[in-house]
Amino acid sequence: MIVVALFFYLFAGLCVASAFMVIAAKNPVHSVLYLILAFVNAAGLFVMLGAEFLAMILIVVYVGAVAVLFLFVVMMLDVDFAELKQGALQYLPIGLLIGGIFLAELLLVVGAWVIGPDVAKAITAPIPPASDISNTQALGLVLYTRYVYYFQTAGIILLVAMVGAIVLTLQHKPNVRRQNIADQVARRRATAIDVVKVKSGQGLGGLP
Amino acid sequence: MTIGLGHYLSVAAILFTLGILGIFLNRKNVIVILMSIELILLAVNVNLVAFSTFLGDIVGQVYALIVLTVAAAEAAIGLAILVAYFRNRGSIAVDDINLMKG
Repeated sequence: MIVVALFFYLFAGLCVASAFMVIAAKNPVHSVLYLILAFVNAAGLFVMLGAEFLAMILIVVYVGAVAVLFLFVVMMLDVDFAELKQGALQYLPIGLLIGGIFLAELLLVVGAWVIGPDVAKAITAPIPPASDISNTQALGLVLYTRYVYYFQTAGIILLVAMVGAIVLTLQHKPNVRRQNIADQVARRRATAIDVVKVKSGQGLGGLP
Repeated sequence: MTIGLGHYLSVAAILFTLGILGIFLNRKNVIVILMSIELILLAVNVNLVAFSTFLGDIVGQVYALIVLTVAAAEAAIGLAILVAYFRNRGSIAVDDINLMKG
């Protein structure tokens, strides 16, 4: 039990500390790296909660895709980040005020809540015991049957995001020659070659 | 020393607040604002998974999966808009984004 508490405080403390460094770091590249650390520690928390599949997905999707995307964009844009950092402390009091109020409210809720007596009856898909089937299998049994529409909606969201990102960033430069497959296929012998009779001793005299 | 639901909810609350604070502190830097939004969505996910485990209902993890998808899509679209904006204006300062006079 003490080991569980120890690991919880390790993951939670590192997660909160690196989340703080995300917003406090001067260099955005450091921010991205701290974001990766925060997500890895959150994945540790998920493993402790018994959601192994989500923990691994968190690492694959966030560390493998989103954080690398952030890194690419930060390094691709030629921006003077020190200039953007100027005047940041101007908003510190209002930020601390709103953040403090928000945190106090949330912690008050956390400190004084009880689970209603009817909740146990309202459970739609109980988690099977971990000795029977793994978390991944249990999630798949629910996700592909009862919640298949949500699953497909997620797929549509990703498709729309992919199309949108491509449309937003694709640019056609006017002086770049692109391959036109229809033109290539439509080429015939008559349009491609000229047969010229060359008189001997006179040369071609300028190509037609 | 038992770690209960309240512990996880506290972590999520602190993460959420840090995300909000990040939006205020880095008002000029869109990239850090996007990262703060990612932190907020991570806090939501921690809440969903914690409730899912402690109530014994796996549907919370299904919703956490959907939130994860939306967060990834949002990051991709946001960064694409950022790149397109930087190409047009040569800067990503939030104060300069006033074309629509909103």
